[in-house]
Amino acid sequence: MIHPEIIVRVTDIAVVAESVKQFTFERVDGGSMPVFAPGAHIVVSMDDQGKLRRNPYSLMSSPSDTTSYQISVLRVVESRGGSAFMHEHVDVGDTMTISHPIDLFPLHATAKRHVLIAGGIGITPFLPMMEVLNESGQVFELHYSMRSRRRGAFLSELERRYGSRVSAEVDDEGGRLDTRKLLINQPLGTHIYVCAPLPMIDLVFGVARELGWAEENLHREVFLAPPAGSPFYTNLAKSGTTVYVAEHQSLLESIEAAGIDVPYLCRGGACGQCETTVIDFDGQLMHHDIFLTDDEKVSGTKIMPCVSRFVGASLTVEL
Amino acid sequence: MAIKSRPVYAGFNVDITAQRHVLALEGQGADALLEKLAGGHPMLERAEILYVATGSDHDVALRALGAANYWLAPTAEALRDRLSEILAHATMCTRLYVAGTEGFIGSIVQLAADFGIANASIIKEFRGSQQRRVQCVHCKGFNDNVTISPFQCVHCDLHLFVRDHFSVRLNAFQGVCINAETPDIIPPSVEMYR
Repeated sequence: MIHPEIIVRVTDIAVVAESVKQFTFERVDGGSMPVFAPGAHIVVSMDDQGKLRRNPYSLMSSPSDTTSYQISVLRVVESRGGSAFMHEHVDVGDTMTISHPIDLFPLHATAKRHVLIAGGIGITPFLPMMEVLNESGQVFELHYSMRSRRRGAFLSELERRYGSRVSAEVDDEGGRLDTRKLLINQPLGTHIYVCAPLPMIDLVFGVARELGWAEENLHREVFLAPPAGSPFYTNLAKSGTTVYVAEHQSLLESIEAAGIDVPYLCRGGACGQCETTVIDFDGQLMHHDIFLTDDEKVSGTKIMPCVSRFVGASLTVEL
Repeated sequence: MAIKSRPVYAGFNVDITAQRHVLALEGQGADALLEKLAGGHPMLERAEILYVATGSDHDVALRALGAANYWLAPTAEALRDRLSEILAHATMCTRLYVAGTEGFIGSIVQLAADFGIANASIIKEFRGSQQRRVQCVHCKGFNDNVTISPFQCVHCDLHLFVRDHFSVRLNAFQGVCINAETPDIIPPSVEMYR
């Protein structure tokens, strides 16, 4: 089995901000959760009336607490089903399946200073990060952008705990992160970490690059939701089968539904783990990932099945 | 066949986005910059050049570039001291360049690491002698300016084969006893690194 899983029980559900629920998971077998590094996420499997959904969520509980895990889920307006399922169909006492923690957004030990930039629900990985940075006496600051204070999960607790190291930029109060001002005078050895919607990440990285920041100091976490699109068929050459990808399903999900294990980590087009070789196609590959280079996308030889789609007559991949 | 830890130096390419350019040049490393910037370059208005001659003579040519700051360091150590002062007050909008021998480049990489600069974000060009700084893996002593392999460790007298295994942290290649099984046989030395 490629992905070892943990069976958990939902032991607590709390509304922590407008449209944001926090879930607490404990192991059904009473054992300890694996220790995780701040920035790690888990993939939560949901059985939605026989349909398997898998969504990644950053772990937000204390890394030193192995009795339970916590995640927070924003109810997305145009949800494909995952966040709606978590909000409407998951109750305390339910049993769910989660993955082991996966860390694609680690803190960098060589940093002299950590600048954390959160957009909305992107705050979650920074909760354990700040705890660890604070305990180890490292220098950090958090810039938390949100639409309104009602939607700013954990803001007051963070302000209480970390004081002036937390600054909030609240849209409906006219607040806006001045990225250039923030980045232009940061001392050498500063690393920035952004967890936010893609346009905000692009904005921050764009300004940093304009100012001459080194790529090695820029880190981001993004989980792209697989976009919907016209249904299509995909031939799996090694498995000798064909899968149907429905409008609101990803290619990865349809392959999994056929009982075929595919390597994945982020399920959001960022990590590259599910990269798959395209053997042949007659049509157009619709690349939605941020992992492949532009050249690779144009070459038509690779696809990231977690987010990318296909339009045309036939597609054959090496799976 | 080169092994993975053998450093690769991509060569000088000016990062035009940087607000400030700090350049550490040793000996023939000065040519890396002079060849690149023949005819001038806008980056010079924002450049600080630190140069140690170590037998070469680029002082006049480097001075003539008209960089915002230029300093001829008396020794490599003095250069590193000045560089530390600069980096201690520098921002993330700074780009560090280093050119010269492998030992010099490595010493700048080590120094920069103390300021949180990642090795990969330093722009490097190798120039000058290929001689190596080698650590004896047995007595842990460092041997500078090694040109032959095997060679005799100046600290413990063992005959060391110079591996391509380079430690960034130690800024040294690794030297391993070549005749541990047959102490009576000392293989002839060959000039490897001119």
